[in-house]
Amino acid sequence: MTTETQRSGGIEVESLVREFKNGPRAVDGIDLEVARGEIYGFLGPNGAGKSTTVLMLTTLLPPTSGSARVGGFDVVEQGPQVRASIGAALQEAALDPLLTGREHMRLQTALHGLGKAERESRGNELLERVGLAHAADRKVGGYSGGMKRRLDLALALAHRPRILFLDEPTTGLDIQSRTALWEEVARLAAEDGVTVFLTTQYLEEADALANRVGIIDHGHLVAEGTPAELKAEIGRPTVEAAPREEGDRERMTAVLGRFGQGAGSSPRGVAVRLDGGESQLAEVVRALDAEGIAIEHLQLHAPSLDDVFLAKTGRSLEGAAEEEPADAETETAAPA
Amino acid sequence: MSSSLGNQVGQLARRSILRTLRQPAQIVPAIVFPLFLLAVNTGGLKEATNLPGFPTDSYLTFILAVPFIQGALFSVMNSGTDLARDIETGFLNRLALTPLRGAALLSGLLAGAFVLGVVQAAAYLAVGLIAGAELAAGPAGALVLVLLSVAITVAFGTIGLFAALRFGSGEAVQGLFPVFFVFLFLSAMTLPLDLLTTDWFHAIASVNPVTYLLEAIRSLLIEGWNLGDLALGFGIAAAIGALGMLAASSALKSRLVRT
Amino acid sequence: MSEQRTAGVRAVARGVAWRSIHNFLTNPAFLVPSLLFPLFFFVSFAGGLAAIGEVPGFDFPSGYTAFQFVFVLLQSAAFGGVFTGFAMARDFESGFGRRYMLAASHRSGIVLGYALAALFRAFVTWTVLSAVAVVAGMEIAGSGGEIVALYALAVLVNVAATMWAAGVALRVRSIQGGPLMQFPTFLVLFLAPVYVPLDLLSGWIHTIASINPVTALLEAGRGFISGDPVLAAAAFAIGLTLSLLFAAWARGGLRSAEAAG
Repeated sequence: MTTETQRSGGIEVESLVREFKNGPRAVDGIDLEVARGEIYGFLGPNGAGKSTTVLMLTTLLPPTSGSARVGGFDVVEQGPQVRASIGAALQEAALDPLLTGREHMRLQTALHGLGKAERESRGNELLERVGLAHAADRKVGGYSGGMKRRLDLALALAHRPRILFLDEPTTGLDIQSRTALWEEVARLAAEDGVTVFLTTQYLEEADALANRVGIIDHGHLVAEGTPAELKAEIGRPTVEAAPREEGDRERMTAVLGRFGQGAGSSPRGVAVRLDGGESQLAEVVRALDAEGIAIEHLQLHAPSLDDVFLAKTGRSLEGAAEEEPADAETETAAPA
Repeated sequence: MSSSLGNQVGQLARRSILRTLRQPAQIVPAIVFPLFLLAVNTGGLKEATNLPGFPTDSYLTFILAVPFIQGALFSVMNSGTDLARDIETGFLNRLALTPLRGAALLSGLLAGAFVLGVVQAAAYLAVGLIAGAELAAGPAGALVLVLLSVAITVAFGTIGLFAALRFGSGEAVQGLFPVFFVFLFLSAMTLPLDLLTTDWFHAIASVNPVTYLLEAIRSLLIEGWNLGDLALGFGIAAAIGALGMLAASSALKSRLVRT
Repeated sequence: MSEQRTAGVRAVARGVAWRSIHNFLTNPAFLVPSLLFPLFFFVSFAGGLAAIGEVPGFDFPSGYTAFQFVFVLLQSAAFGGVFTGFAMARDFESGFGRRYMLAASHRSGIVLGYALAALFRAFVTWTVLSAVAVVAGMEIAGSGGEIVALYALAVLVNVAATMWAAGVALRVRSIQGGPLMQFPTFLVLFLAPVYVPLDLLSGWIHTIASINPVTALLEAGRGFISGDPVLAAAAFAIGLTLSLLFAAWARGGLRSAEAAG
């Protein structure tokens, strides 16, 4: 399976497990591959096991079992080599509020062993690149959330890593800061061939940025593929309709039932996943018309990653984290 | 592309020093508070010099040893709190992802304690001498006194590092303060060991290492050159430092489980 | 109307005091230090400085343990008040204080509630401290009435310190105000005849201690325990004046907290 490119700049994970004392398996047998230059989005609610996976892949936490190779190096046996080939911006933008941006850069480049002259130039180049040149000599304590994230990214890139781990890089950022960071990450992959492993709890982020997405829930990888593939897989759009006369609701359910499986009832009406895809919409309207059912409201929903998550886990991604401890109950509440 | 141990220590030392200097809230109390107690105790306990067997006529000279130890206590708090903050914010993980060596991390962090130690010792000594304390060992003694004081400060600093690595929270480190306070108060702090007339107190103070650190400092101030006392003082500082460093390294290993 | 007001204040004070006392008793991080610190001071001053009782001119009849007991009693009274100020500042920082301000029909009841909690706290500490002192063989020459007077003095010190700290806490409304509550209290306590009687102090510290009101409180307290009251009326007058003065200061703090919303 392993190709030459993956060996030099990709990620391979096999049956990776991490157990914590007195806790459930935070990561429970994950297999995945990320090719060189690919942006892989690791999507899941809070507590799904995303960060634990990142900590293992970045050598900060030893796996309980299973194996992983990052940049061609084994994360357990070859920690130092792995660390030399990766950059990581972990969940908290871990910065020292008392140091300036430039001092952070200097420390990071020095610890990575860059020569004196290169430290300065590389630092300036990266600060420029993430748009912090003007704030380089200010203490980080006064930076905004977006500035901290950008500095974090610049620090992760200090030693020109081939693989970049970003753990929820845009959590808590406003839309503009988020978009700016997305652009920079996309550019890194496209122009510099950097492999990006990105965790997120935002569907839009995975959708906008990732070449491929893995969905993780309760430590399991429940789905994997390009966003388009994943949507196509469950991938039928949903039509939602409401009758003008409340008395027609039952008949409407029967008519819609001819076109596909029910997708839960909405307060406004009846929803069905169309077996034949979008093109069936016209037939649905004709069929309802033929039965003489007046339509109050009709809407077609294109499938989203949330639908994928819903289909695979029985829960919606939004709010899945809050329901975390009460698995059994939430399962029964899920739509068919 | 890995940097040398010396370079790493240098970089981290630089950060630790910058950080210490940029937090006047850490430095100022560490200097002012012991000096305030010095003033109060000197005034309040002057009469103790009239006790038969008291080693000097100047209570100021006698009690001047105490600020050096109190200053070292602040160093425990400062170095420990700084490291605990690094753990809490994830900065330690950032460092762990670089080819940083554990020894470099710990030594670098102690650099801040070292600088603070020098500043404190110089301040206490200067204020003490201006206020009229004696320094029997002369100018060379001043140098040895600062050295001893820095050795104690760094030694205590390792305990702060250990606590931070072991417990991972600033609050736990702050919680150590009363413990150290107990060590200081149950020593020959305000009177010499021979004049501690309460039996149990004398017994505790005579096995309390802080008593001997104080005696080493006092020997320079009151007697001149007492090599036995000095050796004991430096020896205890070295032992505390070595034990602290050992404990801190082992705690670092379990804290940083990187492969 | 005024009766109704009193009832309202009392109800608010009871609620606030209940919560503070509950927190104090159920949280070892608050309970243990406030018990251990005074004990520790007592042990190390009375034990470590026993020889000071032998200094020529030191003629306190009840001995050095009793001499130091009075200082530690008054010190714990003062610091009990300061620590209550800390709790208050923490509450206002976390927003709990605002909850009180919104809910309380009579806001002076809030301060009163904290003060009652401080007093409760002090009583717990004094009980333990006194028991330890008696077990350690402290000589008490004063009569029952004199000992009651000693504790009454300590109550006044506690009230004054609580009001001082409350005034700061209500103005700063953040735990950052902690040093501002603590340091002056510490200063005024230690610039008094802590280790030896006033006559044995000399130089600048004698000058300061002579005009420090805490000196009279200490001397009166030591007079009570040794059965030889001195400056009793002056000490009670000082304690009462300080309590009233700082109560006004705390009232101003309450106004400032109200103005800040």
